[in-house]
Amino acid sequence: MQLINEMKLEFPGKSANEAFARIVAAAFVSQLDPTLEELADIKTAVSEAVTNAIIHGYENKAGIIRMNCRLYEDSIEIAVIDEGKGIENIEQARQPLYTSKPEMERSGMGFTVMESFMDSVEITSEPGKGTTIVMNKKIS
Amino acid sequence: MDIRFSNKGTTLIVSVAGELDHHYSEYARQKIDVEIMKATTRNVVFDFSKLGFMDSSGIGVIAGRYKNISKLNGKAAIVCSNTQINRILEMSGILRIIPAYGTLDEAVRTVQH
Repeated sequence: MQLINEMKLEFPGKSANEAFARIVAAAFVSQLDPTLEELADIKTAVSEAVTNAIIHGYENKAGIIRMNCRLYEDSIEIAVIDEGKGIENIEQARQPLYTSKPEMERSGMGFTVMESFMDSVEITSEPGKGTTIVMNKKIS
Repeated sequence: MDIRFSNKGTTLIVSVAGELDHHYSEYARQKIDVEIMKATTRNVVFDFSKLGFMDSSGIGVIAGRYKNISKLNGKAAIVCSNTQINRILEMSGILRIIPAYGTLDEAVRTVQH
């Protein structure tokens, strides 16, 4: 797998940046000539990951989110990194419909959406240190 | 994002255009709740035919509004033809309680019967 391009983005965890991040990811992957469906999948997964960082990582307080994208010949890797409160129980967080914030009308579908729209989703997290989500998707 | 409201009898039609994500969800929630509170509203049709993007935050908005109207025996339906949005709706399981239709007429007819 040969790396052909990469980029790094850093922005404050403001909800207005959810749209910004997903549009940047979609624009970057365009170099691989993805289908419209693949683009929509990537935008949705990035939106979920960045929203998670804002709501759960930083709990709507100030904090920096980083998004690193790498393009390979036939795939993209996207990492969304926060230095927020971290996830205590990753297995539980991955469960469909599980949410730690039902009072905010969160659907608990974030990780399920990422997993269905991308080929792989890896979560590493340490309470008090932050969370890193690395997602991969093949571009046909 | 742009939200517009119209009424057909006791059915409130909520037309959402643009993108519905976490950033817009609080605004959408407040706007819709004001309209639902009006005495004329019994059923709600979410018209997403001009919505270009939605993530799971949108599911929370729909489910929360449905909870409120179903307490008063109201019904809900969704109008949607966008593949990405349909996949999110299907994945969430919400279509088991709120059916989706291809046209506004069909959706309005269903909630009024």
